[in-house]
Amino acid sequence: MKILVCITHVPDTTSKIQFTANNTKFDTTGVQFIIGPYDDYALARAVELRDQTGGSLTVLNVGEAETEPTLRKALAIGADDAIRVNAFPKDSYFVAKQIAHYAKEGGYELILMGRESIDFNGGMVHGMVGELLGMPSFSPVMKLDLEGNTVKMAREIEGGKEYLEAQLPLIAGCQEPIAEWKIPNMRGIMSARTKPLNVVEAVTQKTQAEASSYQLPPAKGSVKLIDKDQVSELVKLLKNEAKVL
Amino acid sequence: MSILVYIEHAEGKVKKTSLEAVSFAHALSGKTGEGEVVAVALGTVSADELAAVGKAGAAKVLHSSDERLNAGVIQAHATAVAQAFAAVGAKTLVLAKSSLGDAVAARLAIKLNAGLVSNVVELPSTSAGYVVKRSIYTGKAFAETTVTTENKILAVKKNAVDLKTDGTEAVVENLSVTISDSDFASKITSTERATGEVLLPEADIVVSGGRGMKGPENWGMLEDLAKTLGAATGCSKPVSDIGWRPHHEHVGQTGVKVAPSLYVAVGISGAIQHLAGVNSSKCIVVINKDPEAPFFKAADYGIVGDAFEIVPKLTDALKAEL
Ligand SMILES: Cc1cc2nc3c(=O)[nH]c(=O)nc-3n(C[C@H](O)[C@H](O)[C@H](O)COP(=O)(O)OP(=O)(O)OC[C@H]3O[C@@H](n4cnc5c(N)ncnc54)[C@H](O)[C@@H]3O)c2cc1C
Repeated sequence: MKILVCITHVPDTTSKIQFTANNTKFDTTGVQFIIGPYDDYALARAVELRDQTGGSLTVLNVGEAETEPTLRKALAIGADDAIRVNAFPKDSYFVAKQIAHYAKEGGYELILMGRESIDFNGGMVHGMVGELLGMPSFSPVMKLDLEGNTVKMAREIEGGKEYLEAQLPLIAGCQEPIAEWKIPNMRGIMSARTKPLNVVEAVTQKTQAEASSYQLPPAKGSVKLIDKDQVSELVKLLKNEAKVL
Repeated sequence: MSILVYIEHAEGKVKKTSLEAVSFAHALSGKTGEGEVVAVALGTVSADELAAVGKAGAAKVLHSSDERLNAGVIQAHATAVAQAFAAVGAKTLVLAKSSLGDAVAARLAIKLNAGLVSNVVELPSTSAGYVVKRSIYTGKAFAETTVTTENKILAVKKNAVDLKTDGTEAVVENLSVTISDSDFASKITSTERATGEVLLPEADIVVSGGRGMKGPENWGMLEDLAKTLGAATGCSKPVSDIGWRPHHEHVGQTGVKVAPSLYVAVGISGAIQHLAGVNSSKCIVVINKDPEAPFFKAADYGIVGDAFEIVPKLTDALKAEL
Protein backbone atom coordinates (compact mmCIF):
# COMPACT_ATOMS: atom_id res chain seq x y z
CA MET A 1 0.00 0.00 0.00
CA LYS A 2 1.14 3.55 -0.73
CA ILE A 3 0.78 5.87 2.24
CA LEU A 4 1.22 9.64 2.13
CA VAL A 5 1.71 11.71 5.26
CA CYS A 6 1.46 15.49 4.97
CA ILE A 7 3.42 17.39 7.58
CA THR A 8 3.62 20.99 8.67
CA HIS A 9 6.77 22.82 9.69
CA VAL A 10 5.74 24.85 12.73
CA PRO A 11 7.24 26.67 15.73
CA ASP A 12 7.98 24.48 18.76
CA THR A 13 5.08 24.59 21.23
CA THR A 14 7.15 26.62 23.71
CA SER A 15 7.99 29.38 21.19
CA LYS A 16 7.33 32.99 21.97
CA ILE A 17 4.93 34.21 19.31
CA GLN A 18 5.97 37.61 17.88
CA PHE A 19 5.59 39.42 14.58
CA THR A 20 7.79 41.73 12.51
CA ALA A 21 7.56 43.90 9.40
CA ASN A 22 4.79 46.01 10.86
CA ASN A 23 2.92 42.93 12.09
CA THR A 24 2.73 41.29 8.67
CA LYS A 25 5.26 38.50 9.23
CA PHE A 26 5.90 35.86 11.88
CA ASP A 27 9.17 36.59 13.67
CA THR A 28 11.34 33.49 13.41
CA THR A 29 14.16 34.92 15.57
CA GLY A 30 15.21 32.29 18.09
CA VAL A 31 12.34 29.99 17.10
CA GLN A 32 12.91 26.29 16.72
CA PHE A 33 10.78 24.53 14.13
CA ILE A 34 9.30 21.06 14.53
CA ILE A 35 7.01 18.60 12.78
CA GLY A 36 3.48 19.65 13.83
CA PRO A 37 2.60 17.57 16.92
CA TYR A 38 -0.58 16.22 15.31
CA ASP A 39 1.30 15.44 12.10
CA ASP A 40 3.82 13.62 14.26
CA TYR A 41 1.02 11.34 15.51
CA ALA A 42 -0.08 10.72 11.91
CA LEU A 43 3.48 9.90 10.93
CA ALA A 44 3.97 7.53 13.86
CA ARG A 45 0.81 5.59 12.95
CA ALA A 46 1.79 5.58 9.27
CA VAL A 47 5.18 4.02 10.10
CA GLU A 48 3.37 1.24 11.99
CA LEU A 49 0.90 0.66 9.15
CA ARG A 50 3.67 0.65 6.54
CA ASP A 51 5.56 -1.94 8.59
CA GLN A 52 2.36 -3.97 8.96
CA THR A 53 1.44 -3.93 5.27
CA GLY A 54 4.89 -3.74 3.73
CA GLY A 55 4.00 -0.78 1.56
CA SER A 56 5.71 2.55 1.11
CA LEU A 57 5.51 5.76 3.10
CA THR A 58 6.07 9.20 1.57
CA VAL A 59 6.04 12.47 3.52
CA LEU A 60 5.08 15.72 1.87
CA ASN A 61 5.39 19.31 2.94
CA VAL A 62 4.37 22.45 1.12
CA GLY A 63 7.09 24.89 2.07
CA GLU A 64 10.23 26.74 1.15
CA ALA A 65 13.78 25.40 1.46
CA GLU A 66 14.00 26.01 5.23
CA THR A 67 11.51 23.20 5.89
CA GLU A 68 13.91 20.50 4.64
CA PRO A 69 15.36 19.67 8.08
CA THR A 70 11.78 18.96 9.21
CA LEU A 71 11.30 16.60 6.26
CA ARG A 72 14.65 14.93 7.04
CA LYS A 73 13.43 14.37 10.57
CA ALA A 74 10.34 12.63 9.20
CA LEU A 75 12.64 10.44 7.09
CA ALA A 76 14.65 9.65 10.23
CA ILE A 77 11.45 8.64 12.01
CA GLY A 78 10.75 6.16 9.25
CA ALA A 79 9.34 7.62 6.02
CA ASP A 80 10.87 6.15 2.85
CA ASP A 81 11.00 9.28 0.76
CA ALA A 82 9.99 12.93 0.94
CA ILE A 83 8.46 15.52 -1.35
CA ARG A 84 8.79 19.23 -0.81
CA VAL A 85 6.38 21.29 -2.86
CA ASN A 86 8.37 24.44 -3.31
CA ALA A 87 6.04 27.26 -2.22
CA PHE A 88 5.15 29.30 0.80
CA PRO A 89 1.92 27.78 2.23
CA LYS A 90 -0.28 30.84 1.73
CA ASP A 91 -3.64 29.50 2.84
CA SER A 92 -5.40 26.16 3.48
CA TYR A 93 -6.90 26.11 -0.01
CA PHE A 94 -3.55 26.69 -1.70
CA VAL A 95 -1.97 23.89 0.36
CA ALA A 96 -4.88 21.51 -0.26
CA LYS A 97 -4.61 22.07 -4.01
CA GLN A 98 -0.89 21.20 -3.95
CA ILE A 99 -1.44 18.07 -1.88
CA ALA A 100 -4.35 16.93 -4.04
CA HIS A 101 -2.28 17.37 -7.19
CA TYR A 102 0.70 15.34 -5.97
CA ALA A 103 -1.41 12.78 -4.14
CA LYS A 104 -3.29 12.04 -7.33
CA GLU A 105 -0.10 11.80 -9.31
CA GLY A 106 1.38 9.39 -6.78
CA GLY A 107 -1.74 7.23 -6.48
CA TYR A 108 -1.73 7.09 -2.68
CA GLU A 109 -4.42 5.00 -1.02
CA LEU A 110 -4.12 6.28 2.51
CA ILE A 111 -3.40 9.95 3.19
CA LEU A 112 -2.77 10.95 6.79
CA MET A 113 -2.02 14.30 8.36
CA GLY A 114 -2.53 16.05 11.67
CA ARG A 115 -6.02 17.19 12.62
CA GLU A 116 -4.73 20.77 12.40
CA SER A 117 -1.50 22.71 12.18
CA ILE A 118 -0.48 24.45 15.38
CA ASP A 119 0.30 27.75 13.66
CA PHE A 120 -2.94 28.56 11.87
CA ASN A 121 -5.11 25.85 13.53
CA GLY A 122 -7.44 25.71 10.52
CA GLY A 123 -7.99 21.96 10.58
CA MET A 124 -9.39 22.14 7.06
CA VAL A 125 -6.76 20.77 4.68
CA HIS A 126 -7.70 17.07 5.00
CA GLY A 127 -11.35 17.75 4.22
CA MET A 128 -10.46 19.95 1.26
CA VAL A 129 -8.09 17.34 -0.15
CA GLY A 130 -10.78 14.70 0.35
CA GLU A 131 -13.33 16.71 -1.60
CA LEU A 132 -10.80 17.58 -4.32
CA LEU A 133 -9.92 13.91 -4.81
CA GLY A 134 -13.42 12.57 -4.27
CA MET A 135 -12.26 10.54 -1.28
CA PRO A 136 -13.93 10.36 2.13
CA SER A 137 -12.20 12.39 4.83
CA PHE A 138 -12.31 11.95 8.59
CA SER A 139 -11.07 14.10 11.45
CA PRO A 140 -10.12 14.14 14.29
CA VAL A 141 -9.20 10.46 14.12
CA MET A 142 -7.83 8.94 17.34
CA LYS A 143 -7.63 5.28 16.24
CA LEU A 144 -7.07 3.81 12.79
CA ASP A 145 -6.70 0.11 11.96
CA LEU A 146 -6.53 -1.63 8.62
CA GLU A 147 -8.27 -4.90 7.82
CA GLY A 148 -7.71 -5.50 4.14
CA ASN A 149 -9.35 -2.58 2.37
CA THR A 150 -11.51 -1.75 5.36
CA VAL A 151 -10.37 1.00 7.67
CA LYS A 152 -11.71 0.97 11.20
CA MET A 153 -11.49 4.30 12.95
CA ALA A 154 -12.51 6.17 16.06
CA ARG A 155 -13.25 9.85 15.63
CA GLU A 156 -13.42 12.23 18.56
CA ILE A 157 -16.71 14.07 18.99
CA GLU A 158 -17.77 16.49 21.72
CA GLY A 159 -17.76 14.48 24.95
CA GLY A 160 -16.94 11.13 23.42
CA LYS A 161 -16.11 9.25 20.26
CA GLU A 162 -17.69 7.61 17.30
CA TYR A 163 -16.51 4.37 15.68
CA LEU A 164 -16.44 4.23 11.90
CA GLU A 165 -15.79 1.85 9.08
CA ALA A 166 -14.81 2.99 5.61
CA GLN A 167 -13.02 1.67 2.56
CA LEU A 168 -9.68 2.73 1.11
CA PRO A 169 -8.75 5.12 -0.38
CA LEU A 170 -9.35 7.71 2.31
CA ILE A 171 -7.94 10.67 4.17
CA ALA A 172 -7.67 11.16 7.91
CA GLY A 173 -6.71 14.09 10.13
CA CYS A 174 -5.09 12.44 13.16
CA GLN A 175 -4.63 13.14 16.83
CA GLU A 176 -3.56 11.20 19.89
CA PRO A 177 -3.82 8.44 20.99
CA ILE A 178 -3.59 7.05 17.44
CA ALA A 179 0.04 6.14 18.12
CA GLU A 180 2.88 7.29 20.31
CA TRP A 181 5.30 9.88 18.98
CA LYS A 182 8.42 8.19 17.63
CA ILE A 183 11.85 9.56 18.41
CA PRO A 184 14.39 9.01 15.61
CA ASN A 185 17.22 6.65 16.52
CA MET A 186 20.83 6.90 15.32
CA ARG A 187 20.31 4.48 12.46
CA GLY A 188 17.23 6.42 11.34
CA ILE A 189 19.14 9.70 11.41
CA MET A 190 22.01 8.22 9.38
CA SER A 191 19.76 6.66 6.76
CA ALA A 192 17.64 9.83 6.46
CA ARG A 193 20.63 11.61 4.93
CA THR A 194 20.55 9.43 1.85
CA LYS A 195 16.82 8.86 1.45
CA PRO A 196 15.30 10.74 -1.51
CA LEU A 197 13.95 14.23 -0.87
CA ASN A 198 12.43 15.48 -4.11
CA VAL A 199 11.68 19.14 -4.65
CA VAL A 200 8.76 19.74 -7.00
CA GLU A 201 7.26 22.97 -8.26
CA ALA A 202 3.91 24.18 -6.96
CA VAL A 203 0.92 24.19 -9.28
CA THR A 204 -0.31 27.70 -9.99
CA GLN A 205 -3.15 28.47 -7.67
CA LYS A 206 -4.83 31.62 -6.38
CA THR A 207 -5.48 31.91 -2.66
CA GLN A 208 -8.92 32.45 -1.14
CA ALA A 209 -8.37 33.48 2.45
CA GLU A 210 -4.89 34.73 3.15
CA ALA A 211 -3.69 36.32 6.40
CA SER A 212 -2.78 39.96 5.86
CA SER A 213 -1.71 41.11 9.33
CA TYR A 214 -1.26 39.80 12.86
CA GLN A 215 -1.94 40.90 16.43
CA LEU A 216 -1.09 39.71 19.90
CA PRO A 217 -3.75 39.56 22.60
CA PRO A 218 -3.63 42.27 25.28
CA ALA A 219 -1.28 41.44 28.16
CA LYS A 220 -2.85 39.74 31.17
CA GLY A 221 -3.03 41.71 34.43
CA SER A 222 -1.42 40.20 37.52
CA VAL A 223 -3.06 37.51 39.60
CA LYS A 224 -5.03 38.35 42.74
CA LEU A 225 -4.05 35.90 45.48
CA ILE A 226 -6.59 34.86 48.09
CA ASP A 227 -5.59 33.39 51.44
CA LYS A 228 -6.30 29.68 51.64
CA ASP A 229 -8.25 30.18 54.84
CA GLN A 230 -10.59 32.70 53.20
CA VAL A 231 -12.03 30.67 50.38
CA SER A 232 -15.39 32.43 50.64
CA GLU A 233 -13.57 35.62 49.63
CA LEU A 234 -12.88 33.99 46.25
CA VAL A 235 -16.55 33.19 45.79
CA LYS A 236 -17.43 36.84 46.43
CA LEU A 237 -14.84 38.07 43.94
CA LEU A 238 -16.03 35.66 41.25
CA LYS A 239 -19.57 36.81 41.83
CA ASN A 240 -19.18 40.55 42.26
CA GLU A 241 -15.90 41.47 40.59
CA ALA A 242 -15.37 38.97 37.75
CA LYS A 243 -19.14 38.44 37.42
CA VAL A 244 -18.74 34.87 36.19
CA LEU A 245 -21.08 33.08 38.61
CA MET B 1 -30.60 36.63 -0.60
CA SER B 2 -29.95 35.10 2.81
CA ILE B 3 -27.17 33.85 5.08
CA LEU B 4 -27.16 30.12 5.72
CA VAL B 5 -26.23 28.63 9.10
CA TYR B 6 -25.47 24.92 9.53
CA ILE B 7 -26.81 23.93 12.95
CA GLU B 8 -26.11 20.75 14.90
CA HIS B 9 -28.22 19.00 17.48
CA ALA B 10 -27.60 16.28 20.03
CA GLU B 11 -30.12 14.36 22.10
CA GLY B 12 -32.98 16.35 20.61
CA LYS B 13 -31.55 19.75 21.42
CA VAL B 14 -29.90 22.28 19.14
CA LYS B 15 -26.37 22.91 20.39
CA LYS B 16 -25.73 26.19 22.11
CA THR B 17 -22.70 26.81 19.93
CA SER B 18 -24.95 26.48 16.86
CA LEU B 19 -27.33 29.05 18.35
CA GLU B 20 -24.35 31.36 18.78
CA ALA B 21 -23.55 30.84 15.09
CA VAL B 22 -27.13 31.87 14.26
CA SER B 23 -26.72 35.03 16.36
CA PHE B 24 -23.41 35.69 14.61
CA ALA B 25 -25.11 35.41 11.21
CA HIS B 26 -27.92 37.69 12.37
CA ALA B 27 -25.44 40.38 13.41
CA LEU B 28 -23.46 39.85 10.19
CA SER B 29 -26.52 40.32 8.05
CA GLY B 30 -27.26 43.56 9.91
CA LYS B 31 -23.86 44.72 8.71
CA THR B 32 -23.74 43.37 5.15
CA GLY B 33 -27.43 43.51 4.26
CA GLU B 34 -27.42 39.87 3.21
CA GLY B 35 -31.06 39.43 4.15
CA GLU B 36 -32.62 36.93 6.49
CA VAL B 37 -30.84 34.18 8.36
CA VAL B 38 -31.81 30.66 7.31
CA ALA B 39 -30.64 27.70 9.40
CA VAL B 40 -30.29 24.18 8.03
CA ALA B 41 -30.82 21.17 10.33
CA LEU B 42 -30.28 17.53 9.34
CA GLY B 43 -31.78 14.41 10.91
CA THR B 44 -34.42 13.81 13.56
CA VAL B 45 -35.20 16.84 15.75
CA SER B 46 -38.58 18.28 16.74
CA ALA B 47 -40.23 21.17 14.90
CA ASP B 48 -40.68 23.02 18.22
CA GLU B 49 -36.98 22.80 18.96
CA LEU B 50 -36.21 24.14 15.48
CA ALA B 51 -38.75 26.96 15.69
CA ALA B 52 -36.97 28.10 18.86
CA VAL B 53 -33.83 28.73 16.78
CA GLY B 54 -35.67 31.89 15.78
CA LYS B 55 -34.94 33.35 19.20
CA ALA B 56 -31.26 33.37 18.31
CA GLY B 57 -31.97 35.26 15.09
CA ALA B 58 -33.07 32.83 12.35
CA ALA B 59 -36.12 33.70 10.26
CA LYS B 60 -36.40 30.23 8.80
CA VAL B 61 -35.13 26.71 9.43
CA LEU B 62 -34.77 24.24 6.57
CA HIS B 63 -35.07 20.73 7.90
CA SER B 64 -34.30 17.41 6.27
CA SER B 65 -35.61 14.67 8.52
CA ASP B 66 -33.88 11.93 6.46
CA GLU B 67 -32.97 9.45 9.21
CA ARG B 68 -29.75 8.50 7.52
CA LEU B 69 -28.54 11.99 8.47
CA ASN B 70 -28.96 11.31 12.20
CA ALA B 71 -25.45 9.96 12.25
CA GLY B 72 -23.03 12.73 11.36
CA VAL B 73 -21.75 11.16 8.15
CA ILE B 74 -19.42 13.90 6.99
CA GLN B 75 -19.78 13.55 3.20
CA ALA B 76 -23.58 13.28 3.35
CA HIS B 77 -23.89 16.34 5.57
CA ALA B 78 -21.64 18.34 3.25
CA THR B 79 -23.77 17.38 0.23
CA ALA B 80 -27.00 18.29 2.02
CA VAL B 81 -25.71 21.67 3.21
CA ALA B 82 -24.41 22.50 -0.30
CA GLN B 83 -27.91 21.88 -1.66
CA ALA B 84 -29.47 24.11 0.99
CA PHE B 85 -26.91 26.82 0.18
CA ALA B 86 -27.93 26.75 -3.48
CA ALA B 87 -31.64 26.56 -2.64
CA VAL B 88 -31.63 29.79 -0.60
CA GLY B 89 -29.19 31.60 -2.90
CA ALA B 90 -26.77 32.27 -0.05
CA LYS B 91 -23.29 33.71 -0.46
CA THR B 92 -22.22 33.14 3.15
CA LEU B 93 -22.34 30.03 5.31
CA VAL B 94 -21.81 30.37 9.05
CA LEU B 95 -21.29 27.47 11.45
CA ALA B 96 -19.90 26.79 14.90
CA LYS B 97 -16.50 25.15 15.13
CA SER B 98 -16.97 21.54 16.22
CA SER B 99 -15.78 18.06 15.45
CA LEU B 100 -18.43 17.54 12.76
CA GLY B 101 -18.71 21.20 11.72
CA ASP B 102 -15.02 21.49 10.85
CA ALA B 103 -15.04 18.30 8.83
CA VAL B 104 -18.16 19.34 6.91
CA ALA B 105 -16.99 22.94 6.35
CA ALA B 106 -13.72 21.86 4.74
CA ARG B 107 -15.51 19.78 2.11
CA LEU B 108 -18.01 22.58 1.54
CA ALA B 109 -15.21 25.05 0.87
CA ILE B 110 -14.40 23.04 -2.26
CA LYS B 111 -18.00 22.27 -3.21
CA LEU B 112 -19.00 25.94 -2.99
CA ASN B 113 -15.67 27.38 -4.13
CA ALA B 114 -15.80 29.44 -0.96
CA GLY B 115 -12.99 31.08 0.99
CA LEU B 116 -13.07 29.49 4.42
CA VAL B 117 -11.98 31.12 7.65
CA SER B 118 -11.89 29.06 10.84
CA ASN B 119 -11.70 30.17 14.49
CA VAL B 120 -13.44 33.45 13.69
CA VAL B 121 -13.53 35.62 16.80
CA GLU B 122 -15.55 38.65 15.72
CA LEU B 123 -17.74 40.00 12.93
CA PRO B 124 -15.87 40.63 9.66
CA SER B 125 -14.90 44.15 8.73
CA THR B 126 -16.16 45.10 5.27
CA SER B 127 -14.91 48.67 4.91
CA ALA B 128 -11.83 47.70 2.84
CA GLY B 129 -12.30 44.27 1.35
CA TYR B 130 -13.70 41.41 3.45
CA VAL B 131 -11.43 41.01 6.43
CA VAL B 132 -12.03 38.42 9.13
CA LYS B 133 -10.25 38.24 12.48
CA ARG B 134 -9.40 34.72 13.57
CA SER B 135 -7.48 33.17 16.42
CA ILE B 136 -4.14 31.53 15.48
CA TYR B 137 -1.15 29.92 17.23
CA THR B 138 -3.61 28.14 19.49
CA GLY B 139 -4.99 31.33 20.97
CA LYS B 140 -1.64 33.07 21.28
CA ALA B 141 -2.29 35.54 18.44
CA PHE B 142 -4.83 36.78 15.91
CA ALA B 143 -4.70 37.11 12.13
CA GLU B 144 -6.67 39.48 9.94
CA THR B 145 -7.60 37.34 6.97
CA THR B 146 -8.71 38.75 3.65
CA VAL B 147 -11.30 36.64 1.83
CA THR B 148 -11.34 37.17 -1.92
CA THR B 149 -14.03 34.75 -3.10
CA GLU B 150 -17.66 35.61 -3.66
CA ASN B 151 -18.87 32.69 -1.52
CA LYS B 152 -17.61 32.60 2.04
CA ILE B 153 -17.63 30.18 4.96
CA LEU B 154 -17.03 31.35 8.52
CA ALA B 155 -16.42 28.74 11.24
CA VAL B 156 -17.04 30.69 14.41
CA LYS B 157 -15.29 30.20 17.72
CA LYS B 158 -17.29 30.10 20.94
CA ASN B 159 -18.12 33.53 22.45
CA ALA B 160 -17.47 35.44 19.18
CA VAL B 161 -20.79 37.24 19.71
CA ASP B 162 -23.37 37.39 22.48
CA LEU B 163 -26.18 34.90 22.10
CA LYS B 164 -29.37 36.63 20.97
CA THR B 165 -32.44 35.41 22.84
CA ASP B 166 -35.14 37.94 21.95
CA GLY B 167 -35.98 36.86 18.39
CA THR B 168 -39.31 35.41 17.32
CA GLU B 169 -40.07 31.81 16.38
CA ALA B 170 -38.64 30.68 13.07
CA VAL B 171 -40.67 29.20 10.23
CA VAL B 172 -39.71 25.54 9.81
CA GLU B 173 -39.74 24.25 6.25
CA ASN B 174 -39.04 20.86 4.82
CA LEU B 175 -35.80 20.57 2.88
CA SER B 176 -35.58 17.79 0.36
CA VAL B 177 -32.08 16.71 -0.50
CA THR B 178 -30.68 14.19 -2.95
CA ILE B 179 -27.75 12.32 -1.51
CA SER B 180 -26.09 9.50 -3.38
CA ASP B 181 -25.33 6.20 -1.65
CA SER B 182 -21.61 6.80 -2.11
CA ASP B 183 -21.90 9.69 0.37
CA PHE B 184 -23.08 7.14 2.91
CA ALA B 185 -20.36 4.61 2.05
CA SER B 186 -18.63 5.10 5.38
CA LYS B 187 -20.58 3.72 8.32
CA ILE B 188 -20.72 4.95 11.87
CA THR B 189 -20.87 1.65 13.74
CA SER B 190 -21.32 3.02 17.27
CA THR B 191 -21.07 6.16 19.34
CA GLU B 192 -19.88 6.64 22.89
CA ARG B 193 -20.93 9.86 24.47
CA ALA B 194 -20.98 11.07 28.02
CA THR B 195 -24.69 11.71 28.51
CA GLY B 196 -26.42 14.16 30.75
CA GLU B 197 -23.15 15.88 31.56
CA VAL B 198 -22.03 19.34 30.55
CA LEU B 199 -19.84 18.84 27.49
CA LEU B 200 -16.36 20.26 27.84
CA PRO B 201 -15.97 22.13 24.51
CA GLU B 202 -19.28 23.90 25.05
CA ALA B 203 -19.12 24.45 28.80
CA ASP B 204 -19.43 27.87 30.34
CA ILE B 205 -17.51 26.79 33.44
CA VAL B 206 -14.74 24.19 33.50
CA VAL B 207 -13.08 22.54 36.51
CA SER B 208 -9.80 20.87 35.52
CA GLY B 209 -7.39 18.69 37.47
CA GLY B 210 -3.72 17.91 36.90
CA ARG B 211 -1.13 15.50 38.17
CA GLY B 212 -1.32 17.29 41.52
CA MET B 213 -4.57 15.40 42.13
CA LYS B 214 -2.39 12.33 42.75
CA GLY B 215 -4.80 9.71 41.37
CA PRO B 216 -8.17 9.03 39.73
CA GLU B 217 -9.72 8.16 43.09
CA ASN B 218 -9.45 11.83 44.07
CA TRP B 219 -11.59 13.15 41.22
CA GLY B 220 -14.74 12.94 43.33
CA MET B 221 -13.98 16.29 44.95
CA LEU B 222 -13.49 17.93 41.56
CA GLU B 223 -16.75 16.42 40.34
CA ASP B 224 -18.52 17.81 43.43
CA LEU B 225 -17.08 21.22 42.72
CA ALA B 226 -18.05 20.95 39.04
CA LYS B 227 -21.56 19.86 39.92
CA THR B 228 -21.99 22.79 42.30
CA LEU B 229 -20.88 25.17 39.54
CA GLY B 230 -22.75 23.43 36.73
CA ALA B 231 -19.35 22.92 35.16
CA ALA B 232 -17.71 20.35 32.88
CA THR B 233 -14.60 18.54 34.09
CA GLY B 234 -11.28 18.66 32.25
CA CYS B 235 -7.70 17.56 32.89
CA SER B 236 -4.09 18.00 31.81
CA LYS B 237 -2.50 15.76 29.21
CA PRO B 238 -0.49 13.52 31.55
CA VAL B 239 -3.70 12.80 33.47
CA SER B 240 -5.40 11.43 30.36
CA ASP B 241 -2.18 9.78 29.15
CA ILE B 242 -1.96 7.70 32.34
CA GLY B 243 -5.66 6.94 32.02
CA TRP B 244 -6.90 8.69 35.15
CA ARG B 245 -9.45 10.46 32.96
CA PRO B 246 -10.86 9.85 29.47
CA HIS B 247 -9.06 11.38 26.53
CA HIS B 248 -11.87 13.73 25.55
CA GLU B 249 -11.33 15.64 28.82
CA HIS B 250 -7.72 16.51 27.98
CA VAL B 251 -7.34 20.28 27.62
CA GLY B 252 -4.51 22.06 25.84
CA GLN B 253 -2.39 22.38 22.75
CA THR B 254 -2.99 18.78 21.73
CA GLY B 255 -6.42 18.42 23.31
CA VAL B 256 -9.66 20.35 23.67
CA LYS B 257 -9.43 24.14 23.42
CA VAL B 258 -11.95 25.60 25.82
CA ALA B 259 -13.37 29.11 26.02
CA PRO B 260 -15.46 29.23 29.21
CA SER B 261 -16.31 32.25 31.33
CA LEU B 262 -14.59 30.54 34.24
CA TYR B 263 -11.74 28.00 34.20
CA VAL B 264 -10.70 26.50 37.55
CA ALA B 265 -7.33 24.71 37.43
CA VAL B 266 -6.46 22.45 40.33
CA GLY B 267 -3.00 20.87 40.70
CA ILE B 268 -1.98 21.82 37.17
CA SER B 269 1.44 23.45 36.77
CA GLY B 270 0.45 25.63 33.81
CA ALA B 271 2.86 24.42 31.12
CA ILE B 272 2.69 26.52 27.98
CA GLN B 273 1.01 23.64 26.11
CA HIS B 274 -1.76 23.46 28.70
CA LEU B 275 -2.23 27.24 28.67
CA ALA B 276 -2.67 27.12 24.89
CA GLY B 277 -5.98 25.35 25.45
CA VAL B 278 -7.35 27.75 28.05
CA ASN B 279 -6.16 31.20 26.99
CA SER B 280 -9.59 32.14 25.60
CA SER B 281 -11.18 31.79 29.06
CA LYS B 282 -12.68 34.99 30.48
CA CYS B 283 -11.55 34.29 34.04
CA ILE B 284 -9.00 31.78 35.36
CA VAL B 285 -8.73 30.54 38.96
CA VAL B 286 -5.65 28.52 39.94
CA ILE B 287 -5.28 26.33 43.00
CA ASN B 288 -1.74 25.02 43.41
CA LYS B 289 0.49 24.30 46.40
CA ASP B 290 3.54 25.75 44.65
CA PRO B 291 3.52 29.58 44.66
CA GLU B 292 6.01 29.46 41.75
CA ALA B 293 3.72 27.40 39.50
CA PRO B 294 3.67 29.13 36.10
CA PHE B 295 -0.13 28.94 35.97
CA PHE B 296 -0.38 31.82 38.47
CA LYS B 297 1.06 34.16 35.81
CA ALA B 298 -1.89 33.36 33.54
CA ALA B 299 -4.50 33.47 36.31
CA ASP B 300 -6.95 36.14 37.45
CA TYR B 301 -7.35 34.67 40.93
CA GLY B 302 -5.20 32.19 42.78
CA ILE B 303 -5.01 30.27 46.02
CA VAL B 304 -1.67 28.84 47.12
CA GLY B 305 -2.23 25.67 49.09
CA ASP B 306 -3.15 22.01 49.17
CA ALA B 307 -5.95 21.13 46.77
CA PHE B 308 -7.22 18.38 49.07
CA GLU B 309 -7.90 21.00 51.72
CA ILE B 310 -9.06 23.89 49.52
CA VAL B 311 -11.37 22.22 46.99
CA PRO B 312 -13.92 20.87 49.53
CA LYS B 313 -13.90 24.25 51.30
CA LEU B 314 -14.53 26.02 48.01
CA THR B 315 -17.42 23.70 47.18
CA ASP B 316 -18.96 24.41 50.59
CA ALA B 317 -18.48 28.15 50.20
CA LEU B 318 -20.13 28.05 46.79
CA LYS B 319 -23.05 26.02 48.08
CA ALA B 320 -23.56 28.61 50.81
CA GLU B 321 -23.39 31.51 48.37
CA LEU B 322 -25.24 30.26 45.29
C1 LIG C 1 4.10 18.93 22.02
C2 LIG C 1 3.51 18.91 23.38
C3 LIG C 1 2.13 19.04 23.51
C4 LIG C 1 1.54 19.02 24.78
N1 LIG C 1 0.18 19.19 24.87
C5 LIG C 1 -0.38 19.31 26.09
C6 LIG C 1 -1.77 19.56 26.24
O1 LIG C 1 -2.51 19.65 25.25
N2 LIG C 1 -2.29 19.68 27.48
C7 LIG C 1 -1.52 19.57 28.61
O2 LIG C 1 -2.06 19.70 29.71
N3 LIG C 1 -0.21 19.30 28.50
C8 LIG C 1 0.37 19.16 27.28
N4 LIG C 1 1.71 18.88 27.19
C9 LIG C 1 2.44 18.55 28.44
C10 LIG C 1 2.88 19.77 29.25
O3 LIG C 1 4.14 20.19 28.79
C11 LIG C 1 2.99 19.42 30.75
O4 LIG C 1 3.86 18.34 30.91
C12 LIG C 1 1.65 19.08 31.40
O5 LIG C 1 0.66 20.05 31.11
C13 LIG C 1 1.82 18.97 32.90
O6 LIG C 1 0.63 18.48 33.49
P1 LIG C 1 0.29 18.80 35.02
O7 LIG C 1 0.29 20.25 35.21
O8 LIG C 1 -0.94 18.04 35.35
O9 LIG C 1 1.46 18.07 35.80
P2 LIG C 1 2.72 18.67 36.54
O10 LIG C 1 3.51 19.54 35.65
O11 LIG C 1 3.37 17.52 37.18
O12 LIG C 1 2.11 19.61 37.63
C14 LIG C 1 1.41 19.20 38.76
C15 LIG C 1 1.12 20.43 39.58
O13 LIG C 1 0.35 20.07 40.71
C16 LIG C 1 0.77 20.80 41.83
N5 LIG C 1 0.40 20.02 43.01
C17 LIG C 1 0.91 18.85 43.43
N6 LIG C 1 0.28 18.42 44.54
C18 LIG C 1 -0.65 19.36 44.83
C19 LIG C 1 -1.62 19.49 45.85
N7 LIG C 1 -1.76 18.58 46.82
N8 LIG C 1 -2.41 20.59 45.85
C20 LIG C 1 -2.29 21.53 44.87
N9 LIG C 1 -1.41 21.44 43.88
C21 LIG C 1 -0.59 20.37 43.85
C22 LIG C 1 2.26 20.96 41.64
O14 LIG C 1 2.74 22.09 42.36
C23 LIG C 1 2.36 21.13 40.13
O15 LIG C 1 2.31 22.51 39.77
C24 LIG C 1 2.33 18.85 25.93
C25 LIG C 1 3.71 18.72 25.80
C26 LIG C 1 4.31 18.73 24.55
C27 LIG C 1 5.78 18.60 24.45
